Amino acid sequence: MTELLAKPPLRRLLITIAVVAVIELMTGPPGSNTAPTAGFKGSFAEHASFFGLFRTQRWVLFLFLALVGWGIVMVWMTNGPRVRVTLNKWLVVPRKFTSTRPVRWGVLGALLVVAVLLPHIINSPFWQAAMVEQIAVYVLLAIGLNVVVGFAGLLDLGYVAFYLIGAYTAAWVTGALPLPPLFNHALNPFWAIPIAIALVMITGILLGAPTLRLRGDYLAIVTLGFGEIVTIFANNLYGITDGSLGSKLIPHPSIHLGPLKYVWGLKPVPYYYLALGFVVLFLIVFSLLEHSRVGRAWTAIREDEVAAESVGINPLKYKVMAFAIGAASAGFAGVLTASQSNFIFPSSFTLTFSINILVLVILGGMGSIAGVVLGAILIQTVTEWLNNGQHWGYQPSDLYIYLGALLIVMMIFRPAGLIPSKRRKREILLSEADHENSHMDEVLLGDDT
Amino acid sequence: MLDVKDAVVRYGAITALHGISFNVEQGEIVALLGANGAGKSTTLRMLSGLHAPASGQILFEGEDVTRTKAHEFSKLGISHVPEGRRIFPQMSVEENLEMGAFNRRGSTSDDRDHMYETFPILKERRKQLGANLSGGEQQMLAIARALMARPRLLLLDEPSMGLAPMIVETIFGIIGEIRTAGTTVLVVEQNASQALRLADRGYVMENGRIVFGDLAKNLLHDERVRAVYLGESVES
Repeated sequence: MTELLAKPPLRRLLITIAVVAVIELMTGPPGSNTAPTAGFKGSFAEHASFFGLFRTQRWVLFLFLALVGWGIVMVWMTNGPRVRVTLNKWLVVPRKFTSTRPVRWGVLGALLVVAVLLPHIINSPFWQAAMVEQIAVYVLLAIGLNVVVGFAGLLDLGYVAFYLIGAYTAAWVTGALPLPPLFNHALNPFWAIPIAIALVMITGILLGAPTLRLRGDYLAIVTLGFGEIVTIFANNLYGITDGSLGSKLIPHPSIHLGPLKYVWGLKPVPYYYLALGFVVLFLIVFSLLEHSRVGRAWTAIREDEVAAESVGINPLKYKVMAFAIGAASAGFAGVLTASQSNFIFPSSFTLTFSINILVLVILGGMGSIAGVVLGAILIQTVTEWLNNGQHWGYQPSDLYIYLGALLIVMMIFRPAGLIPSKRRKREILLSEADHENSHMDEVLLGDDT
Repeated sequence: MLDVKDAVVRYGAITALHGISFNVEQGEIVALLGANGAGKSTTLRMLSGLHAPASGQILFEGEDVTRTKAHEFSKLGISHVPEGRRIFPQMSVEENLEMGAFNRRGSTSDDRDHMYETFPILKERRKQLGANLSGGEQQMLAIARALMARPRLLLLDEPSMGLAPMIVETIFGIIGEIRTAGTTVLVVEQNASQALRLADRGYVMENGRIVFGDLAKNLLHDERVRAVYLGESVES
């Protein structure tokens, strides 16, 4: 037995099966005292077809996934570098082609056309609603957090606070809160958009100015605290927010500007176009910023703060800017959510939500706008698809186990994300190399000092 | 040009600089010498705004810069080449140079070309990433980056650290050229013999104090300096 286990391929196979078995047992339909392994329900005999077996017997599916995963690992370990070299050779021509400006603009234009036509292609009400509530909102949040985490390299674990403030601003200016709106004059949620964006940016500055002097872990903890404080405030300040009852009766947005009249109603598609417009706007602003003087300052701070200071960059100023600019899209996302669903509850703005957005950014590729957008769309679409009906006994409460597993796999095989930002990818490789080098330094220079 | 008066620097309860005073005149190269832990790097950290003095005063061209923040120095005309070079590893040589001119308006391509003339190796490597340069090239890049801000005073922290003797020779040669071109230089060094052959004047630091200062040529022949820093005797 021990001899058999000494063989790496076999050992890996057993480990993969063990890990998958643990995930299988931890997820799936909930068990009870009498039947703790409810996930195993069903039998071979019930399903005549092969695919039927897959659909109801989760352990068959998981065993299959384990074998596939093991196969991929085995092939990759022996052929990985060679495959990568060949792939790169093949991709030289297409890469050159896609890196030219007209092609890029063409691809972007085509994507925009697809995005505009999408609600007409997808007719199902479920997906039309999901496109706004679950995908567009998450894309907005992910691209905003990407400015903070990806561009400026600041770990923000309380990003949900800006989303909450955006949503509550919509409730406030429309008179849906106990707190009377400005000048006692209730506005339409459409006008809440600029107010919310301005307010979250100011909040970003107020929070950032004192706390962004902190670095790394300390900043993460302060932002985590900030996220919690804002949620608890919304929950406890009954006189201002109606507390845990949430805010109901937030009206739908509408425009009455001279000849321009439009009322957003109950249907999700108009909200989709509103969201799409702002997504495009934020994407343009963020990518212009990325390649501007400000973006270069962010890169410099991320790479070496002391060096950045020595060339005359004020780190605090640019970090606060990243915080405020990144918050803007969350402010709009908050208004969108509040005015579309008409109600908001403090309990929906949790730490888990912040982390969820962070996962989208990391999976998509920190610092890469295209990657973050793709990551958010992909993950949210798959999640929604799983939520919509029983697929393979998936339970919504298990989402984070699967996302966690996915995150681990990604960190091993593609640490810089789906579409890595070129610079971030190199930074990750470099820090790994640094780690090895510093170890080598210890070995080589140990007796020198 | 630069006057430091009675500067005291503390790290918490520990006093790193016990009231040091020295000055740098326009057009000079001044070397600050001392062993490990003598307070050289702390002095430079203080001069570049990374650590404010607890008491004392720093004047640059008559202006009080004691409480000036690190990022404001490049605008004033003081550029700092930090210890350990600290170039931006994931930026190309060219991008690194452009970052050096971050606070300058208008075109900087003339300055860049000038840097490529001074450091021909950087021109060869201009598309390469900072991380992929050799130690000597990184040091040249760090100096060139600092010069891109057109400083009147250049602060160099241990430019010879970790470099081969031949490259140290080249770098010190370039520091001489920089002075000839009109930039005043304050260099902190452990490599005393190299630094003193280049500098006009030198100060020797020990335990957070400046123990003596003199013309470089006198220091080179000073017995105390020879004994401790030039390794002519084993006593310490």
